[in-house]
Amino acid sequence: MATTGDRRSARRERAAKRRRITVLGVFGELSITAGVLIFLFLFWQLWFNDLVVRAEQNTAAEDFAQSLIEAAGEDQSPAPSEEPADPAAPPAGTTAGDAEEFGVLTIPRFGDDYHAKIAGGVTRPRTLNPIGIGHYLTTQAPGEVGNFAVAGHRTTYGKPLNQIANLRVGDAIVVQTAEGWYTYRFRTLEYVTPSASDVLNPVPQADGVEATDRLITLTSCSPMYSAAERIIAYGVFESFTPITDAPPASLELGG
Amino acid sequence: MYGALWRALPGPVWVRLIIVLVLVAAVIYALFTWVFPLVQELVPVPDVTVEE
Repeated sequence: MATTGDRRSARRERAAKRRRITVLGVFGELSITAGVLIFLFLFWQLWFNDLVVRAEQNTAAEDFAQSLIEAAGEDQSPAPSEEPADPAAPPAGTTAGDAEEFGVLTIPRFGDDYHAKIAGGVTRPRTLNPIGIGHYLTTQAPGEVGNFAVAGHRTTYGKPLNQIANLRVGDAIVVQTAEGWYTYRFRTLEYVTPSASDVLNPVPQADGVEATDRLITLTSCSPMYSAAERIIAYGVFESFTPITDAPPASLELGG
Repeated sequence: MYGALWRALPGPVWVRLIIVLVLVAAVIYALFTWVFPLVQELVPVPDVTVEE
């Protein structure tokens, strides 16, 4: 009997020792908790939140695109001139000031439901983080001779330009404004240093040359998750579809 | 620390397990909804623009 009692008390003692909260023990548990929280944050920032925000931005951009069409339907006052709009010489698209939304970017290569709103300015707190795509205010308007240059995140905040490196020559890059759809065709990618602001020139990387082409330039970070370089995608203007017409085939992959 | 929390919970093991899972879910929800969006503002994100 004495031995069983001894064994029991020994077990109790061991259990009590396990239960004792030590400084080292708490420190260890806090460290593990911190590690778990950091991984949780990365999971949230790099995957979960991007899915949520991307879906929100797609829907918001789709709604905005629809509202542009509806606004044009209601407002028939500027009587459409009888001469058919020349698809090769389109009207310049309406752009807007800092953080004001004016258009929708659709790139079928990025996915069936990919749409992103375009707003003026390229500051992160006002345009790129909350809205999506930002227009460099010093560059030209969509459809205008020169360069319509925009920027967007490649990672985080809904990563609107995440798949920029997947573009293939000839892929449609469609900008919709109040006037209609401007279809550009992707031509080339380029990697430049962050200070290479001459990619925004009317003729990219050329100074003092008179522009004759209508171009679009997309800028984002490169490599992914890094700020060491910038990835630049250029497209050339192909056609204009007035807002009162049916949406162009270029909004679908292969169109 | 967590051991003390486990012992402070009432009921048999399965009840405690449910309570712990609910607590963890609540903490994760709070982090995802309120804390991480604030933290994100403090974490540097690569610049995407070109400038002089």
